[in-house]
Amino acid sequence: MKNIVIVFSLFLLIPGCKEEVSVTKANQLNEEKELASKDNIPTLNYNQLKPWLNKKNDKTYVVNFWATWCAPCIKELPYFEKVQKDYKNKNIEVILVSLDFPKMKASNLIPFVKKKNIQSKVLHLDDTNEQFWINDIAGSWSGAIPATLIYNKDKRQFYEQSFTQEELENEIQSFIN
Amino acid sequence: MKNTIKTFLIIVTFIVASAFTLTGDNEGYKVGDVATDFKLENIDGKMVSLSDYKDAKGFIVIFTCNTCPYAVANEDRIIALDKKYKPKGYPVIAINPNDPKAQPDDSMDNMQQKAKEQGFTFPYLMDKGQKIYPQYGATKTPHTYVLQKENSKYIVEYIGAIDDSSRDASAVKQKYVENAVDALLAGEKPKTTSTKAIGCSIKTL
Repeated sequence: MKNIVIVFSLFLLIPGCKEEVSVTKANQLNEEKELASKDNIPTLNYNQLKPWLNKKNDKTYVVNFWATWCAPCIKELPYFEKVQKDYKNKNIEVILVSLDFPKMKASNLIPFVKKKNIQSKVLHLDDTNEQFWINDIAGSWSGAIPATLIYNKDKRQFYEQSFTQEELENEIQSFIN
Repeated sequence: MKNTIKTFLIIVTFIVASAFTLTGDNEGYKVGDVATDFKLENIDGKMVSLSDYKDAKGFIVIFTCNTCPYAVANEDRIIALDKKYKPKGYPVIAINPNDPKAQPDDSMDNMQQKAKEQGFTFPYLMDKGQKIYPQYGATKTPHTYVLQKENSKYIVEYIGAIDDSSRDASAVKQKYVENAVDALLAGEKPKTTSTKAIGCSIKTL
């Protein structure tokens, strides 16, 4: 009788165990996916990037165009990171659009984002039709970087310039006040 | 009282007008404008002006530098332009607009080294004091201006990118500068007069 109970309870346990294992596996998979997405910055063409430049919700978006080889861009990145951190609760989202050459993504962009522990969303734009998308992002843009687009559903402004922390925050204030 | 209003209106007109003039200046040249000549130091220590080129029909003026990856990606194409069009009367004149105080790798020494390593066939001038590039309205490197000589004036005929694939010479479909100069050589106006490409902002203090 004892044996039967043990065997019976083993039977009961098996499905439970299995389920537990599969849940753990799923968690691991999700974690792996998350890790992968942090490392694996999405590379988009302009059609895929465009929705990020035209969201019509209550947030204000600060979209910075940069590259790891662009010294003034690197200099101002911490200012955008600070905005991302300090204005999180003020409905501001920072998006860093990298214009690094495709062949530099693995060798430069991903290691840089990791090393600097960049917290803002990073997207990698790879689209050779510059004649179209530079004008589509802003008619006033000559194509020089650094450059920044700040927009929300009511207001939109493009800046072909470098920012100081103060200048950047002043501009952002004009969008949220 | 009438006079006060008149004076006030005149002052307002002046302020508004000067505001517009300032904006215009900042934007630099448009196609059809007369470009300024200059006298800038070349990598061989000699001063170079457009007026030195008595037989030139026009110029391919390119603001470029040692350091910008887009400038580097276009070096061979700039040499090819000079080789093709200098004999036809449109030499390349390269100008480095960056202030070496802001970008030490764009010093005259480094320009000399770059020209030697890459085998530049054209003058590579330093915009000392950063006086010339703002007049042209260059904002980045590389930034190209095709000029046509007319009655000792230099008319801007094209502004923009060298071609439609700034970072990958093997994927070029449209050679904008070549098309513009070819049109001028045929006695026509260029069909495409301005284009845009990503480039590095000009470095100044």
